[in-house]
This record gives sequence, structure tokens and C-alpha cells, in this order.
Amino acid sequence: MTATQETSTEPAREIGRDRRRKEDQRLITGRTRWTDNITLPGMLHMAMVRSPFAHATITAIDTTEAAAAPNVVAVYTGKDLDESAGVLINAWPITPDQVTPAHPPLPTDRVSFAGEVVAVVVARSAAEARDAAELVDVDYEELPAALDLKEAAADTVLAHPDLGTNKSALWVFDSQEAGTGGDVEEAIAKARESGVVVEREFRQQRLIPAFMEPRSVVVDPTGEQMTMWSATQIPHIVRFALAATTGVPESKIRVIAPDVGGGFGGKLQVTPEEWMAWWVARQLMKPVKYTETRSESLMAAHHGRDQWQKITLAAEKDGTVTGLKVELLADLGSHVAIVGGGVPVLGAFMFNSIYKFPAYHFACQTVLTNKAWTDAYRGAGRPEATFAIERIMDELALELGREPLELREQNWIRHDEFPFTTVAGLEYDSGNYEEATRKAKESFGYDALRAEQQQRRESGDPVQLGIGISTFTEMCGLAPSRVLGSLDYGAGGWEHASVRMLATGKVEIVTGASAHGQGHETAFSQIVADRLGVPFEDVEVLHGDTQIASKGLDTYGSRSLVVGGEALVKATDKVIEKAKPIAAHLLEADVSDIEFSAGRFSVKGTDQGLAMAEVALATFAAHNLPDGVEPSLDSDATYDPINFNYPHGTHLCAMEVDTETGQVKMRKYTCVDDIGNVINPLIVAGQMHGGLAQGIAQALFEEAVYDDAGTLVSASFVDYLVPTAADLISFDVGHNSTPSLTNTLGTKGVGEAGTIASTPAVVNAVLDAIRQFGVTDITMPCTPERVWRAIQDGTAGAKDPTTGAAAAHFDPATDGAGQSNIADGTEGAGQ
Amino acid sequence: MTKIQLTVDGAKVSDDVEPRMLLVQYLREKLGKTGTVIGCDTSNCGACTVHLDGRSVKSCNVLAVQADGSEVTTIEGLAEGSVLHPVQEAFRECHALQCGFCTPGMIMQSVDLLKDNPDPSEEEIRVGIEGNLCRCTGYHNIVRAVQTAAAGKVSGDAEAGSPAATAETEKVEV
Repeated sequence: MTATQETSTEPAREIGRDRRRKEDQRLITGRTRWTDNITLPGMLHMAMVRSPFAHATITAIDTTEAAAAPNVVAVYTGKDLDESAGVLINAWPITPDQVTPAHPPLPTDRVSFAGEVVAVVVARSAAEARDAAELVDVDYEELPAALDLKEAAADTVLAHPDLGTNKSALWVFDSQEAGTGGDVEEAIAKARESGVVVEREFRQQRLIPAFMEPRSVVVDPTGEQMTMWSATQIPHIVRFALAATTGVPESKIRVIAPDVGGGFGGKLQVTPEEWMAWWVARQLMKPVKYTETRSESLMAAHHGRDQWQKITLAAEKDGTVTGLKVELLADLGSHVAIVGGGVPVLGAFMFNSIYKFPAYHFACQTVLTNKAWTDAYRGAGRPEATFAIERIMDELALELGREPLELREQNWIRHDEFPFTTVAGLEYDSGNYEEATRKAKESFGYDALRAEQQQRRESGDPVQLGIGISTFTEMCGLAPSRVLGSLDYGAGGWEHASVRMLATGKVEIVTGASAHGQGHETAFSQIVADRLGVPFEDVEVLHGDTQIASKGLDTYGSRSLVVGGEALVKATDKVIEKAKPIAAHLLEADVSDIEFSAGRFSVKGTDQGLAMAEVALATFAAHNLPDGVEPSLDSDATYDPINFNYPHGTHLCAMEVDTETGQVKMRKYTCVDDIGNVINPLIVAGQMHGGLAQGIAQALFEEAVYDDAGTLVSASFVDYLVPTAADLISFDVGHNSTPSLTNTLGTKGVGEAGTIASTPAVVNAVLDAIRQFGVTDITMPCTPERVWRAIQDGTAGAKDPTTGAAAAHFDPATDGAGQSNIADGTEGAGQ
Repeated sequence: MTKIQLTVDGAKVSDDVEPRMLLVQYLREKLGKTGTVIGCDTSNCGACTVHLDGRSVKSCNVLAVQADGSEVTTIEGLAEGSVLHPVQEAFRECHALQCGFCTPGMIMQSVDLLKDNPDPSEEEIRVGIEGNLCRCTGYHNIVRAVQTAAAGKVSGDAEAGSPAATAETEKVEV
């Protein structure tokens, strides 16, 4: 083979190419398999009866009328359940003494949040089931509800009286104890004497993941294996949890996540609705389906965030940071959900972010309340951490009269300092904060916008301009199993892949990472096409069915590419190694002379060779294989990551604030992210856009609001403000790539980056526009009303608002005084 | 039960339906047109958008009996055989979908928007699809898709000529 021929047969390199997605054809033509589309012979439908009370004793349930309604097959309450109904697991008890309420699918005598299922009606049609659910008569005796997080932490009212406390677990990391840094109290004491201490309290409001596809589940109990279809992110974990708690052997359970319409962490759960469908199908031995309404989804699918964050930062007068102390209260809701208290713990390693803090202390108290349970929502712990650190770095800059970007640069890990072990004990492998920032500033037009801001301030323009910064990092690629084990997480963090070489030259790859919109089918095809030298079109990606993808740990934590992709690389490499002796045999050459390149096995120094497809066909036929070689090229690999990886980026946001009305308008949003090598730039851009939108939504629009009785008042899309197209702008998304050193492909996760980074950039920008009015903080979401109030109160407010605000949260003597210029720390819609 | 007769995606259909049955339920449950989906119960999300006599409607906001005698087009009837509608093609080309759940409604609404205004500004596009929620894309690429469709820039398999991403530091915006 000549050099020219070699060039001409070299397939186009797939990695780095903006391939249009394989998934799209079926999605744009409506040829989809959502769980709610599934109809089976004789299928019955379930409807839920839910508690209207946040906390109440169930004194009686009368199901007579419902049971007699047309086409109703059965009505079940908590008292009907037996052991085979299983329980809803918490997979991450964060401390050995964590207080964890029992979590059966239905309660028997007491409800602990508004929306909890108390009875299930099964009927021949969904409409009849819902009609009959209205006829179930439940008598409640209302109990006082634990709603406010701080009050709940003080055990004023108990969410579960039998537990005696609302405090679930206190999780602590201290750099001095861990040997990763110094004593934070010492750093703070020193700073109080000769440096500067900035103390702030921030509110992470409660959010709702609000995936577009409502959750749905179908269970078919016919056949030897029982099958559950569920709109879930985690079919493998659901299967494990069903087996572990309902007594059905794992080998008899098949869980399928068909097309799943978004998750964002919100479908990383084991739910009462799934467990009831499983149990009811086994009782009646008929297929059953349940699809929630949007209101049910907003009320009873898990929520996210919901923390109070007390942050104390110590620094020298020259701006060098010397210590960081983080004290969190995290609202678990009524139960400890599957990851539950682990979410804030995931943030524990990220508050120090990209900065060289010599001392660090983190303490998180998780608290039970009578609200919907909380769990992972895009970023899971890391957006909370990023928000706090990026907000307080701005506060430090303000305190010292420093340019906020320059102050950050003074403290961040320099490019030449990688790999860098942080005060939280993580080893950051790569990054270049200087270069990402330089590019972001240039693309944003930072200096021009600063000049315009100055000009507007001087002219007293009613529309003021603010510029917000977020130089973030995150840990992703969940996760090294040993690390998870050391944190008492119940499972590992590996991922599995199989590569099957079909006789016709096509390639099936099977991944345990179950996608729900991320584009695995496209990106994974690109990786394998390059690795095996086969056409992109010839690769088929199978996932989301435990009978096909028998091993896996599913999709969350920006792990699919960096962990699942690496498993795929390893399985693919095994295929090549298995093919080499067969190719050598067929080419009558020594295996040591076989080279594999661009899909072709060739004999060194000759023009003889065989394409991968030819070897696959010969292996299938098995007529002429070397002695003792099995007739299969198929290979599996299970990969356990050696480290997390650490995407980072510089996000810059310009916000216009109408000081007369409080209206905020995004003017420009620029981000330059470092996510290492990019497999598909189009998909990456999409992940960034969507991630940004969700982070911006936390800053400006969204909040799960409960009233004084514990009823979720934002329980529809009328009130829960998922942003529309008209609320957002087009984003300026760029990259600076330093390949990750922790995986072969040099990739870093991207799924959560935009959400993690963007929230503080937006809030910092709003504040930057109106600090001149004495405003020091605005509780999220920064609604026009809150912004307007902040401007009004600030203008008329305290003489020394910055100091006042800093003191107020910590010193009971100044109780609340400094809050006067913080807009509306709303905890409940009643306010 | 009320008898209705209508045309859905070019096919004449006739059924007895409960007067309370929504058009979207009729499409999904009676006709198996599961390409059209339900995303909320307050007519906010627009996932169920179809065309009723040529205009976009949220099919959760129309009773099946109101569609009696009408012509309904769903996402499943938009392409001409195997030839995609330019808006469908633009959504694929511009990566205007991720999970794809909002996509049927978003495409049907965009088609209607472009019928009214063949050359919309970005602002007009954003306002024009305001009644359709998407949680995945941040709307960035949906706006680009509508612009691309409006400009008639979609043709066949665009990826055949698509260059590999060049320098790693280049922006990915197209």
C-alpha cells in the first residue's frame, strides 16, 4: 500500500467534529418512545391521592366510594402494603449516626409533606382512576409543620415527632484535621487583628428541576422477568433498589429507561410512584401505568438546593486570602432521599474553588422539614459552593477597594502550579485560569463595558449597568469508587461498556450510562468510529435497558463521557487486541508484525492487510481461526476513574438594571470554559447554553415557594417560572482547552458547568449595578420587586450598610439590623 | 359520547369521544399519535402544539369535540414522506433539541411563526415561541434554527460538508 493510498483511505477524524445528532431524526418526526406512550394489553392505570397537608395524622381513610366507582379495580392505602412493597432507599448516609426517617412508599398513619401519596386508585382508564381518586375520603388531624429551615434546625417544631429532632447529620471537613491545610480559626483571628474578615450569609433558594417530560412508569408483571419502564436517569440503580427492598431477585427484574425527556438530577431518584406501580402490578398481575401531572411533578418530584450558607473569609490587607469557613444548613425535606444529604457534601470540596486558601473548614448540618424531599439538581452541591465563593470574593474586593478580577487572579492557582493539591484535599490536574479569563475579557469587551458603566454612573442614568464575574471550577466525573467508599456512599463510581462486532461489519456498543438528552448516541459513535476506523454511521449505541446494558451506574454528575467514554475506549482497545492474532493468522504473518491503523490490520513493511469488517466476518464464520482462539471479538470493560476532573471557566455577565422599576435585563453573557478535549463541539455548546439558562434562572426567576401552611404555591408553570425564550438572550460561548490528564481522551465533564458557573455571575452583575445605592445583597431570585426594594431601602438605608450587613447575621446583638438593605429574604410566599 | 369526524395528518378519522376529552388525549390515546406530548396541565408549556386548520394551537386547550370537521396536523404529519420540513431540518442542523420532549410543539409553533412572519428578527422569534418551554437548550439554538429555516439555509445532509472543529481554542458558535 502506498503512502497516497493510505491517505485516501484514512477516514475523516470524528473526534472534534460537529456531527449532527443521530438521536434527532426520531425526535423531530415524533417517532419517540416516551414511557407514557407505552400501552400494553389489559393495562390498568393508577391515580394518586395526595395529602393536602404538610404534616398531619391520618385518622381514617374511607375507600368505599372510590372502590365502587366505574371500572375501578382496586384502591390501596399504606395499611394494605406488605414487605414486598419495599422501601425507598437512602444510598448515602453521610454520617454513621445520621437520623433517617423510615421511607415506605405510602405512609400508614402520618403524612410529612403536602403532596405525599396516601392512597392509590387503580382503574381501567387514567381518567376513571383520577375520577375515583377524588372519592377517597381521608380524615386528617393537622399537626404543626416544620417549614422554615432555621427554625427547623432549632427543633422548634418537629417534622417527625418520633425522631425527637430535625437534625439529620452534621458533616464536617477541617483542613487542619485532614492535614491538607492550617487552622481556620487561627487564620480568622489573625485577620481580625491585622487583616480583613468578610462575613456573609447567603440563601440558596429551593428550586425544582422541572424536566419537560413528567415522570411516568409502566410495570409489566407478565413473563419470567418483570419489566419496569420508567422515565428515570438511573435504570440500573432502580433495578438494584427494587431487588434489594422488594424481595424480587435482581435477575428477575428488567428496568428500561426508554426515551427520557430530561432529568437534570430530578430523575435521579427512587420514587413512591415507581415502587407502588411495581407492587400494584404484582398484586393484580396486570400491567399498570402511572403518569404524573405537572402539578404533581412540581409538588412531589424532588426539589434541589435550599441552603443557608454562612461564609467567613479571612484575608490579608493586600488581598491574599488566608482562610475560609463555611457553615451550611441544608434542607432535606421530609425524608432523606437517595442521595439526599450527600448533595451538600459534594459541594464541600468546592467552596475553596480555584483559590489558594491555606486553611479551610466546612460544616454542613442537614435538616428534616415538612416539605418535598431534596436531592440532586444540575450541579448538586457545586452550584451552591460556587455561588458562595464567587459572591464573597466580590465582597472582599469591595471591602478592599480592589478590581474583582484582579483580586481573583492574585489568589487563584497559576497555570504553572498544576497539578495542585487543594486545601480540600483534591488534586487539580490541569487548567489555565489566566488564559480563559483573558479570552473571556476580550470577547466580552470587558474594558469597554466597564467604561460604559462608569459613564452611566456619572451621568445618573436611570438604567445602570453592572458587570458580574464567576471564575469557577467544579469536580465532575463521578466518581473514583474508593473516594465514594471513604465518604460512605453506598455504591461505586465505575462505568461499563461493551463493544460487539457484528458479522456485517456494523458495530454495536453498549453503555451503562443511560442518556436522557445528552447525545450519547452521537458522541460515543464518534469515539468508537475513530478508535476502530469504522464509519460513524456503522456504530449503533445501545443503552437504558438493563437486559441489554446489563451493567451500569447511569447518567449524572457529568460522568458519562469522562467515565463511560473511558470504559468504551478500553473495551474498543480490547476488540483490537483480540482481532490481531486472527488478522495475523489470516494474513499468514506473525502477530508481532501486525499493525492496526485507520480500521485496517496490516503486515509491517508489506501492502497486505485486512479491514476490521473483514476480520469481524472471518471471526463470525470461524472457519479459519488460530488454534485456541475464541470466535468472538466482542469485548467488555469496566472503568473506575482514578480521579475526578476539574472543568473551569471564566463567566462574565452584563446586566442592565432600571433603577426606577427594578427591571433587570441581561445585556451580554460571555463564558470561556475549559472542558479539555471536545468530542463534539455542537453538543458541548448545547450543554453550555442549557446549563447557563438554568443557572441564570436561579439568579433571576425560579423559586419553589411554600405558604405558611406548607403548601407549595408554585406548583404549576404559571407560578414556577421556568424561563421562556423571551426571558433569555443568545450567549457568547467559547473555550480554552487544557486536556484533562485523568483520562485517555483528555476530556472533562460539561453537563453541569454552565449551571454551576452562571448564577453568581448574574447576581454579582445585578449587585454591581446598584451597589452605589447601598445595596449589599439581594436574595435570589432577583425579581424586579426585590431589586426595586433593595434600591429603595439602600438609598434610605443604613449609614454603613456593608459593615452592618456583615455583622448582622452573626452577632445576635445586632439582630437583623444589617438586613435592612438586603432585599426580601423570603422564606414563604406569605411575605 | 359524541361522534366526531376530522382529518389528522391527512387521514380521515371518526370516533365517539367523551365530551371532556382533550384534543391531545384524543390524538395520543385514540389515534396513537404519540409524537404529540403532554408537558403540563395549565397550557403553559406548549409541548402539545399542533396545527388546527393551519394555525398552531395547544391541543391540551382544545376539546376533541371542538376539532370536529377540522384538519389537524401533528409533528408526525409535517414531513412530506421522507423529506423533512425545512423547520425540522433546521432543528437538526442547528442542534436545537436535546431531550426532544418540547421539540414537536416547538417545531409546530415555529412553522406557524414563520408562516406569519417569514423574516423574523431574533426578538420576534423569542416572543413568537414564548408560549413553548424548553428546559434543555436555553433556546439559543432554537432561535438559530428558526433563523436558519427563515433564511432557507437548510439543505439536505449538512454534515457531509461540515468541517472538523479546527483549533481547539476556537469558539464553537457557528
